[in-house]
Amino acid sequence: MALHFELVTPARLVLSEEVHLVVVPGTEGEFGVLEGHAPFTATVKDGVIRVTRAAGGTVEEIPVKGGFAEVSAKGLTVLAEHVG
Amino acid sequence: MASLKELKGRINSVKSTQKITKAKQMVAAAKLRKAQASAEAARPYASRLAEVVGSLASRVTLSASSPRLLAGTGSDKVHLLVVGNSDRGLCGAFNANIVKAAKLKAQALIGEGKTVLFYLVGRKGRVAIRRDYPNAILGMFDTTHVREPGFDEAEAIAGEVLALFAAGKFDVAHLIYGKFKSALVQEPTVTQLVPVPTPKVAVSDGAVVEYEPDEETILAELLPRYLRTQLFGALLENVASEQGASMTAMDNATRNAGELIKKLTIQYNRSRQAAITTELVEIIAGAEAL
Repeated sequence: MALHFELVTPARLVLSEEVHLVVVPGTEGEFGVLEGHAPFTATVKDGVIRVTRAAGGTVEEIPVKGGFAEVSAKGLTVLAEHVG
Repeated sequence: MASLKELKGRINSVKSTQKITKAKQMVAAAKLRKAQASAEAARPYASRLAEVVGSLASRVTLSASSPRLLAGTGSDKVHLLVVGNSDRGLCGAFNANIVKAAKLKAQALIGEGKTVLFYLVGRKGRVAIRRDYPNAILGMFDTTHVREPGFDEAEAIAGEVLALFAAGKFDVAHLIYGKFKSALVQEPTVTQLVPVPTPKVAVSDGAVVEYEPDEETILAELLPRYLRTQLFGALLENVASEQGASMTAMDNATRNAGELIKKLTIQYNRSRQAAITTELVEIIAGAEAL
């Protein structure tokens, strides 16, 4: 029960790990991604990505700018121009 | 025949030149490793983005409403050449080769009856291009204030290029930079920037993908980003190429200086010996005369 989550900036691969839930601030509304999400592509507005490592665990907040999210069978990939 | 003192002076001066070239060579080697690492680190983002843009572009049919960055302006009269040079010299023919490639491209385009404009990145190519095309320089970007061009610089350059495009200053843009092949080989490369050439990707698993907002809006948003990424990649390649060229050039210079020192030392020793022999002959001749 884990979602593979990758956060990539032009300069480097920031994060690549198995997480429980990621909440992404999409341009047309926030959406949460769990494991087994349907293939989905969306632009991300400047805001905070919230990552939950384990169910019921603490939430980690990652501010991103200029982002773009893609959910595929492999997991969730967020491409962001600026992180942090 | 130069005097002993003169020779000694020359040997010393070549020796200090050699020290400089050796130091520069070592610096370039260290920087090259770093530049290669950052080029490596930039690859995942670029390839992911290329994949997404490619698959999106293959779904969108070109029409009048398509993003102009993808479809073009409908004419190809005015071409912009974005030329990436380095800020520092001491890197052999690196900058000269890029300028040469840019001029070649410009001549080819002018030969086809197009108008050519330039946008110059980096300090080194400016003089050479301004000499041949004094009125064609649309803009310049200064990277001297940063140690290494990073994504912020790529963003700024892309911003200016996009603003020029939006203002209708050009129809087609090409990017010229030194592609890093190895420390010995840097290839001046010309690629098209605008209209954005769609990356060729194999259409993936064929799963139904939902888009939010729709494909075209996403594409319109991603194209400038794709441009930025391409510029960023080119900047990184340029840095790596510059350091590679510098390393090779300085290695050659160090070796040449070594040879010169050897030659001068032999000459120095010969003249010293000749002077001693003359002195001895004089002494002996003097003693015989007594």
